[in-house]
Amino acid sequence: MNEDFRSAVAAGVLGAEASYGALLTSIVEVARAIFRAKASSIFLLDEATDELVFAAVAGEGSESLVGRRFPSSTGIAGFVLVSRQPLVIEDVLEDPRFSRETAESTGFVPKGLMAVPLLHEERALGVLEVLDRPSDARFTLAEMELLGLFANQAAIALDLLQRARRAQAVLADESELAVLARLAAVLEKRREEAEGSDDPALLLLAVLEELL
Amino acid sequence: MSEEPLPAWSLPADAVERIALPEAWPGRLTREWAWGEATGEGVRICVLDSGVETDHPLVGEVQESISISIEGDEVLVDRNDTAGDLCGHGTACASVIRSLAPQCEITSVRVLGAGFTGSGAVLLEGLRWAVEQGFDVINMSLSTTKQKFANLLHELADTAYFRRTMLVASAHNMPVESYPWRFSSVISVGSHEQEDPYAYYYNPTPPVEFFARGVDVEVGWLGGGRLVCTGNSFATPHIAGIASLILSKHRELTPFQLKSVLYLTASNVRGEE
Repeated sequence: MNEDFRSAVAAGVLGAEASYGALLTSIVEVARAIFRAKASSIFLLDEATDELVFAAVAGEGSESLVGRRFPSSTGIAGFVLVSRQPLVIEDVLEDPRFSRETAESTGFVPKGLMAVPLLHEERALGVLEVLDRPSDARFTLAEMELLGLFANQAAIALDLLQRARRAQAVLADESELAVLARLAAVLEKRREEAEGSDDPALLLLAVLEELL
Repeated sequence: MSEEPLPAWSLPADAVERIALPEAWPGRLTREWAWGEATGEGVRICVLDSGVETDHPLVGEVQESISISIEGDEVLVDRNDTAGDLCGHGTACASVIRSLAPQCEITSVRVLGAGFTGSGAVLLEGLRWAVEQGFDVINMSLSTTKQKFANLLHELADTAYFRRTMLVASAHNMPVESYPWRFSSVISVGSHEQEDPYAYYYNPTPPVEFFARGVDVEVGWLGGGRLVCTGNSFATPHIAGIASLILSKHRELTPFQLKSVLYLTASNVRGEE
């Protein structure tokens, strides 16, 4: 609980969820650019429903996909998540059951993809995919390493995003802890607004005014 | 193997003959000695994965298709799994093994497909079942990061090792701890970039022990199809296939000896022939 409380104060109250979401988007955009791919996406595992959720998308279909979900054992992403093994596949179209429904519902059926599990400590948090590299480029182990580096970064960002969400949940709660967290949040806000003035009494008054 | 009970922890002078090996070690070990003319005949391989598509042209006959699932506290073993391959990955691994050991017996044990939740426990139970069946080789192109399964997997890997079942497992190329490939009683496999399916290297800086072909490998996939795939997942069945060839020619080899043969015949060890 202590850790959640610290997260709530340090991250949640500062609107971290949006920032970490932006970080995820930035990661898929860079991955897409570096691999000269048509699209890249990050899926977050929702353990409560056992589903994968599009958390960030760059490239084709990016506008409508974020938030969409599908069962966690679906297709390549599901396999990569469960097996913890990165996979690179060319000519996905030759696979008649390659989660075609999912692919078609996104309006984009790739010819090749790289998928890597997002692992943080002992947890599997999701999957990073890079779709349709240029077909003339032979895949190399150096690219696999690069993909692993991106995956590591994405896993850290996903972990932060999940912490932020947990922190938000604590804040939304009505418990004593939530009250303390809100108090800390207002205090932090006032401190920012009253930069230069360090009279603790004035600060406390302002906080009380806002809370009451 | 001798029928007489062997001394458990010691070897009295008069017992040396009792542990005489059925085959003399060749002065110089060549690939020709190791698997020349071998086809994998008589060797039973288990592919612990997403299932294997039966009658795939690159896989051929699948001896048995089993699925493992868990309901409550009960482990369910379906010995007539008709779901096939739920991803394509197991078929891919089986096709690589078949390409190297055309006459080996392949059994599919499906431990994937029921979603993410509980997948670690199913993996563990699948491996337990496979070890109990006494397969010669178990191909495991998957791993778990869950610490709570590490000790049980370790025990299973050791049990397999002492029962003459060679566990061949994919190494991770990411900075995480995962199992069972990190255990010394298994053969762990990473990828090299060459096209030769018989090129494999011993790694003097473990935990990854061998590197085999794992980049741009043509494999069987769903619906009788083929794909070009990359990953340690596909390097692993190369070593499993070669291990099967060796075992089909030298039935008596223990996992320790098999690993030694692989070491002595590795592309960076064997020297000129």
